[in-house]
Amino acid sequence: MPIVQSSHQRWRKLAAHAFLLVLCAAVLFPFLVVISVSLRPGNFASGSLIPAAISLEHWRYVLGFEYLGPNGEMIKPDLPVLRWLWNSIKVATVSGLVTLLLSTTAAYALARLRFRGRRQLLTGLMLMQMFPAVLALVAIYAIFDRLGSAFPAIGLNTHASLVLAYSGGIAMHVWTLKGYYDTLPVEVEEAARVDGATPWQTFYRVLLPMALPILAVVFLLAFIGAIIEYPVASVLLTQQDQLTLAVGAKLFVHEHNFHWGDFAAAAILSGLPITAVFLLAQRWLIAGLAAGGVKG
Amino acid sequence: MSVAASNLWLGRAISAVVGLAALYVVMGVYSSGNTLLAVVLLAVSALALWAYTSPRTGALRYLLPGIATAMVFVIFPMLYTFGLGFTNYSARNLLSFEQVTQQLREESLRQPDSERAFTLHAQGTQWRVQLAATATQPALATAAISLANAEPQTATLQAVEDVAALGEAAPLRAAVDHLPALRALRLQSPEGAVLTLASLREFAQALPLYEARPDGGLQDRIAGTVYQPDAVEGFYTSQAGEQLQPGYRVNVGWRHYARIFSDGRFSEPFASVFVWTVVFSALTVVFTTALGLLLAVLLNWEALEGRPAYRLVLFLPYAVPGFISILVFKGLFNQNLGEINLILSGLFGIKPAWFSDPFLAKTMLLIVNTWLGFPYMMVLCSGLTKSIPADLYEASAVAGAGPWVNFSRITLPLILKPMTPLLISAFAFNFNNFVLISLLTGGLPDQLGTSLPAGTTDILVSYTWRIAFQDSGQQFGLASAISTVIFLIVAAITLVQMRFTRVNDEPRT
Repeated sequence: MPIVQSSHQRWRKLAAHAFLLVLCAAVLFPFLVVISVSLRPGNFASGSLIPAAISLEHWRYVLGFEYLGPNGEMIKPDLPVLRWLWNSIKVATVSGLVTLLLSTTAAYALARLRFRGRRQLLTGLMLMQMFPAVLALVAIYAIFDRLGSAFPAIGLNTHASLVLAYSGGIAMHVWTLKGYYDTLPVEVEEAARVDGATPWQTFYRVLLPMALPILAVVFLLAFIGAIIEYPVASVLLTQQDQLTLAVGAKLFVHEHNFHWGDFAAAAILSGLPITAVFLLAQRWLIAGLAAGGVKG
Repeated sequence: MSVAASNLWLGRAISAVVGLAALYVVMGVYSSGNTLLAVVLLAVSALALWAYTSPRTGALRYLLPGIATAMVFVIFPMLYTFGLGFTNYSARNLLSFEQVTQQLREESLRQPDSERAFTLHAQGTQWRVQLAATATQPALATAAISLANAEPQTATLQAVEDVAALGEAAPLRAAVDHLPALRALRLQSPEGAVLTLASLREFAQALPLYEARPDGGLQDRIAGTVYQPDAVEGFYTSQAGEQLQPGYRVNVGWRHYARIFSDGRFSEPFASVFVWTVVFSALTVVFTTALGLLLAVLLNWEALEGRPAYRLVLFLPYAVPGFISILVFKGLFNQNLGEINLILSGLFGIKPAWFSDPFLAKTMLLIVNTWLGFPYMMVLCSGLTKSIPADLYEASAVAGAGPWVNFSRITLPLILKPMTPLLISAFAFNFNNFVLISLLTGGLPDQLGTSLPAGTTDILVSYTWRIAFQDSGQQFGLASAISTVIFLIVAAITLVQMRFTRVNDEPRT
């Protein structure tokens, strides 16, 4: 970019800094308040951003320890935050693995094999992403409700049902994987083919090891996607100890039951690791989302 | 036998086992009442067996796992939603006709004057149930039966010759202890009458409340009223219009759609929800894009110090899980305890009612959604502005143009075209932004005078969710019909988007 020297340059820079700083403050404000609230005593107390007195009661609460209530007696936490976090991690891990299992081979076929209807299938997968599961919530609920009467293990209120429901959302991941396979040199596989490898061996022994980094990314993306998913989980899970964090967290900030401090501690506890994972994976997530155009 | 041949046999054995397992699952799904899903699963399993046994299927083997899952858990629920939109499936009409008929026929009535006092007699760990003799009938007793659990069981009664041989009758306490088992117990008298527990001391003969008539109707034994199945409303209905609960599922044709579009009491709130959905998504896209674009341009300004730090901080809202930040804002905006109102009342002495005033609630939703969404737009715009050739700016600098001219004549026109499909996707995403609405306001405050609860901040998907899962009698059928309408709207948006994408792609290919 050219250096345009003008007398206004300094003022412009100053204005830009001022604007950016105000915006950064607006972005950071909620996070600072949450940290402060999680350390303040009491669930209703409001005070300065830097707490006058530090209390760990909310942290004891979310970690499942008894804590000192306002009346002086010890109180047992009533919402199982750690349990929810564990549920979330469990569902997200399994769903990430299932996603990998289902999408790697499909992406291989779309990237390397030539068959009739390939372009249409790619377009179809692209279109599928436009219709989120939230539109079919009633059907998803009804399907698992009835499935549960035949197979209770995958009925309502089971984590298996959630994993199954999430496994449908592989369209985006197939695209991400296919895009990466396309960048890998096809010559290596051709050499393997010449040496007598079957298509399956070429895929399993040659392509997959080269694609390990993208497999890790797709796993992370599916993992994050399952952790932050709310609509389907809110419909399929209703029993308190089965909830995932995304569904359980709202029980803290209920209209008449405002656990501000406990929620703040829970939000930090669960939000921090997810945010860290997200920051690690964001480069690919943005790339995946931005791949909006249908390319053959 | 050669290795190849034994492998072949092993393969066939595995196929057979997998096929049987698939059939078992399909039968289970079918028996659970999901006929359609069973058909889909059967087709998928047949396809899978063929794909993995026939030597002529190449790509299908690799595609099938992913495509089949997408079929079963994405395409099938969509089609199922369309189907449900034509039924009266709801909390009042939950079961099928057969299930409801059976349930009604099992409803029973106590035969008057059939009560008989009973006593329990211990036989080791088991019990005999004795019905005392009456003026007209001899004493009857069962063989020794277990009363340990509450499984339904039937025991045959036989006349007792020597009542004393049964031993001492257990105190009433024993009947209380075994109440669950006694409730599930059916006693069959020698004449064929069936007696069930009537009270702590008595068994009595039960009669079905409704008598099946040859024409398919049910007749109430006491009142004599005849109820005929009504295939339009899905209830057994008497001539006077009385309906027996529960109702059953029937096809209602286009009734839900007629209600959505022509019943004034329903279509008015529906229209206002629709308008707010469009306004909400459009304004969100405008605000986030404006802010994101401004930031992208600012952060591409090389003379500005500290750009990486700004970029990192400004990206944060996108990195934090949405359900957490939305709930944090729910706390911050709380009218009396929230930090935002503390600041506002400190500075200006006002405490806006963010959650109970419709206009303020909408404003709050837009503020929060802009906060959540601008980093994504910033990253997108940043990538696009970087791809603009630098010599354009050099030429404009030579011509003495200022930053505004640069932006409005070079940057904006050049990124607008590649941005359009992404903006349409963002619009479509916010059109269905259920998480934000549901977690922040839940659609509240409600509109006044609507036949079903409709919120002033509800968007179509959250409105549908409320009809299906909240306070309106779980009207799954109606909710599915609205979902179908949303599907069509989203499909239309997608068509527009594909047109723009194609326009963008054409020069390249």
